[in-house]
Parts: sequence; structure tokens; C-alpha cells
Amino acid sequence: MVIAKTPGGTIIDLSGDIRRRRRERLVKAVFFAAATFSILISLAIVLALVGKASSFVSSIELNQLWADGWFPRRGRFQLPALLVHSLIITGIAMLVAVPFGLGSAVYLSEYARSGVRRVLKPTLEILAGIPSVVLGFFALQFISPNIVRGLFPGAQSANLLSAGIAVGILTVPLVASVAEDAMRAVPLSLREASYGLGAKRWHTALRVVFPAAISGIIAAMILGISRAVGETMVVALAAGLNGILNLNPIEGGLTMTGAMANLAVGSDQVAGDVSAFQSLFFVGLVLFALTLGLNVMSERLVRRYRQRY
Amino acid sequence: MSAHAEALSATELVRQSIEGRRLSPVDTLVAFTLLFTLLSSVVILITLLADTIAAAMPVFQSRGLSFVTDSLSPSAEEAGIWQGIMGSLALIGFVIVVAFPLGVAAAVYLEEYASDNRVTRFIGANIRNLAGVPSIVYGILGLFLFVEIFMGGVFGAEGGIGGRNVIAGGLTLAVLVLPIMIITTAEALRAVPRGLRDASLAVGATRWETIRHHILPVAFPAILTGSVLTIARAFGESAALLLAGAQLSLYFSVANDASFVDLVSNQPYTALPIIIYNFARQPQAGFVSLTAAAIVVLLVMLLTVNAAAVLARDRFERRYR
Repeated sequence: MVIAKTPGGTIIDLSGDIRRRRRERLVKAVFFAAATFSILISLAIVLALVGKASSFVSSIELNQLWADGWFPRRGRFQLPALLVHSLIITGIAMLVAVPFGLGSAVYLSEYARSGVRRVLKPTLEILAGIPSVVLGFFALQFISPNIVRGLFPGAQSANLLSAGIAVGILTVPLVASVAEDAMRAVPLSLREASYGLGAKRWHTALRVVFPAAISGIIAAMILGISRAVGETMVVALAAGLNGILNLNPIEGGLTMTGAMANLAVGSDQVAGDVSAFQSLFFVGLVLFALTLGLNVMSERLVRRYRQRY
Repeated sequence: MSAHAEALSATELVRQSIEGRRLSPVDTLVAFTLLFTLLSSVVILITLLADTIAAAMPVFQSRGLSFVTDSLSPSAEEAGIWQGIMGSLALIGFVIVVAFPLGVAAAVYLEEYASDNRVTRFIGANIRNLAGVPSIVYGILGLFLFVEIFMGGVFGAEGGIGGRNVIAGGLTLAVLVLPIMIITTAEALRAVPRGLRDASLAVGATRWETIRHHILPVAFPAILTGSVLTIARAFGESAALLLAGAQLSLYFSVANDASFVDLVSNQPYTALPIIIYNFARQPQAGFVSLTAAAIVVLLVMLLTVNAAAVLARDRFERRYR
């Protein structure tokens, strides 16, 4: 500590000695650098995608993007086919994840006693921690032969439906946890007012709390969609390799992520064919833009309910 | 019991005194339907585990656990997963060394130093968006950035494997989990009571001294658990590694006399989830049960690590609180 003599008397310099202050500045700078590192990562992702994708686009004729089917080695890059397959998988996944995820969220937030919650919530967390490649194997070896082909005997062994169901299972915990957070953020006074007016329990849960949390619930669904669109291993294993546009969910179809995985797996063989391999970056850019848009949208909605309550 | 649950049970008491103890039929139906949706996840989880274990039984019966220490092979009867386990552990080593310090430092800055201004909000939004980027896109980053760097012969790596070494894979995974690491650590720091900071600063400690001696020790159990769960995610990750250079063949060899530096920079590698993906793609029937057996090993390792993290948290919490 520095004791300085001034004309008025003695004051103690509270800011401490110079070495202590210097260390303080240094530590702060290091932490700041760590925080800004994430911006560098984003920049690197965008640069990698945009740079390589633009050289892909300039290396092909644009009508190749509407050619018949996605066959990179034959110069046919029908992007709409991949998009449609991704959309079908995502739609099926949402048919699973929305009812089961939201139902679980309402139960955990409005009905479960703390003992029940302590057991069931970790189960959802374990399900969330199962690697997606495991779900892919499950889709191929269990969902497809036992459920999908049980219902539709004509189904191909790799089909959009079983991949979609498995992606849905993977998405349930995410939808449930985001939606539950939103419902728990609804003030208790709303529930009390509802009971005070004589509303039943289900009425309070589904007609008062649920609508009050709607922006967070929509955010949960959008996040689920984003997760389902980007899911790779399940579709790479269970959705099939069919690059021709197919609208039938019991047959196979290549999705955006499936096409990327294929290019990665066969990258040695196609290394000579520059535009085939670079289509990987183009599909990656489309996927990145799509998921980024969805994530930004859901973030806006979450901020809205945070501000309100 | 959380504050929410406590307040909710108070509300429940009020409801019961207004409506009586018994639920109406509609209420019971709704409650059961909701519980059904939640229990389906439990049923799916049990089905998945039971089905996988049943499918793996032929391998466990005929080979015991020897497939764990056997090397890769094109023949389903001889193939093992040892290279995958070693590769995954090496990858996790890089993730811990890179992502843990970087993630904690970034979270400390955002929670303890940063004022609420545009730059901070931009960094925060950027991190949340990065957490939502599909993992295969991180694979592109790994391929474009890290594999490319090592292809140029950094650290003595040369042509043989075209830069697809375990460092490139490890860095890709580290970058992939970094945003999640930052978010979970920031949550742990936010849970530290405000009064602790104020008390430390009031007696003259600097910000760093406050963080080092008071905030980090209290938040440590939660940071540790969050980090372990995050790192477990990297352990099961495969999409990014497909692009970032893990070997996708049923056989590859590593030089026997390779030094450590050579091993990490100049030799091919693979990971357990990648082996699972590769086995699952094989048409021969023998690979189905081998895939299931490899999955059992992966899940046992993941569950052990996760359970250890939760136990460690309980233990530390008792010591510090």
C-alpha cells in the first residue's frame, strides 16, 4: 500500500501497488481474448463455407442444381431433392418431438411432484446424451424392421420414416427442456388467479400457463426443427442413399446432411473431381444458413418471454 | 426442493381447498396423457438399451470382452475396437486441454468482467448461435482449417495422411464443444451469490483475486459437472470427425515404433463412434452384433463418466457449502 504525503495531510492510495494493477489488467485481457475467440470461430466457419461454396457455384452450370437427382460424381446436383428429403425427415421428427416433448414439459412443469421430477428429468437427460450414431443404429435395426415394416410391409429397409422417428426421439429432450423452462418462467400469480376463479387443473395448465408461455414454446419447436435439419448420423445410417427426388416416406432419400456425410466418406475417390467434392461446402452453406436463421428466430422469441416475466 | 416446486405445491393446496381433493375425470385423463408422453421416453430408452444388449449377446458369448482389445479387421469375427478407444481418448485429451481453459476463461470474462454493452451482447449472441450450428458444419471447419494446416507440414507432419491427424480431429471437437462449455460455465458462475463478490471487493480484493479465491472455488463443482457432461458429448460425436479426418476403413495400421509426436501428428487415427458408424454400414451379418457390442462399450464408458461427474459434484458441494 502506498502512503502519499499531500499538502492536506496523509492519504492512503486505495488502488493498490502498481504490480497488482498490472496483473489485474493482464488477466482481464487474457479473459477478453478467450471470449472473442468465439467470434474468430464464426468468421472461420463463414469464410470456409462461403469461399469454397462460391468456387463450387462458379465451377458448375447453374442448371445442374436442378438436374435429375443428386449424383455429384456425374455432375448432377439437384439441391431441391436434398431439401425435400430433409424437410420430410424434419416433419416426421416434429410429429414425434412436439407432442411428446411438449407433453413432457407440461407434466414436468405443472404436474410432477418433486420426487417424480427427480427421477424422470434425469431420464430425459440421459436420452439427450445418447450419441446420435447409436440412435442411427437403433433406427436401422429396430425401428425400421419392427415398427415401420410391421406397419408397411412394402417399406425399404432404409427409409425416411424410421430415420424421421429416430431424429424425433433425439429431439424430444431438447424441446421438452426449452419448453419447460418457458412454462416455469410464467409467474405463479397467473396460476393462483386461475384457481381463484374456479378453473380446473387441466384448464390452468393448458389454457392459462401454456398460452402464457407460448413464445418460449414456439422457440422450443424452432430449436427442435433446427436440430432435426442438422442431424447427420441417424440419416446417414437409416435414411438411405437415394439421390432421386422421393416423396414417399417408406422409401429412402438422401438429405442435405446425408449427402455431406457421403461426400466425406467417399472423399478419397472423388478427390480428383473438384466440383463433386466442393459441392460439400455448398450444401454445408445452405444448411448453415438455414439453421442459423432458425436459431436467431428462436432466440428472439426466448428474449420476448424473458422480458415479459 | 426448488423454489418453483415449493410455490407450486402452495398453489396446489389453495386449489385443493377450492375444488376438493379429488380430480375431475377430465383432469385425471389429461394428467395421465401427459404422464404417458413423459414415460414414453423412459420406455424408448429401456427398449434401446435392451435391444442393443440383446443384439450384442452373440459377440459377448463367443468372444467375451476380447473384441475390446482387438484391432480393426475386415472380418467380423476378428475385428475389434481398440484403435477407436485409443483414438477417442486421445481426442478427448485435446478437447480437455483446449476447450476447458478457453471455455472457462471466456465464461469468466462474460459473467464477471463484461459490462452490458453492445460488444458483450454480440459475443453472447454469437456463442449461443455457435452452439446451434450442426456438428457436420464444424467438420467442414476442421477440414478447411485444421486438416489444411497440418497438410502443410506443421510440427513435422507430412504427406502420408494428408494432415488428417488426431490433433486436427481433437481441435475440431474442441471448437465444437467450446460454445456449450462457455454456456454451462457461465450458468455455474451466475449461480454464485452476489453477496460473495460484494464482500470480497468490499474488503479490498481486486476482481481477479475475488474470482480466484471466492467465485471459482464455489462454482467449481457445477463447472466440473457441466464440463464433464460437455466433454462426454465430444466423446460420442461422429459427424464432425467424418469430415475432420478420422479413418473410415476396416483396416489401417499405425507404425509400431512411432514416437508420441509422430503418433499424434503423422499417423492415422479413428474414434469409437466412427467405428460404430462404419460397422453399422457393413452388409455382412456378423457386423450387426459387433456394432451392438461396440455401442454397449461406448454407452458404458459414457454413463460411467457422467455418473462420476454427478457423484463428484455431490461430494464437492458438501465440502464448499
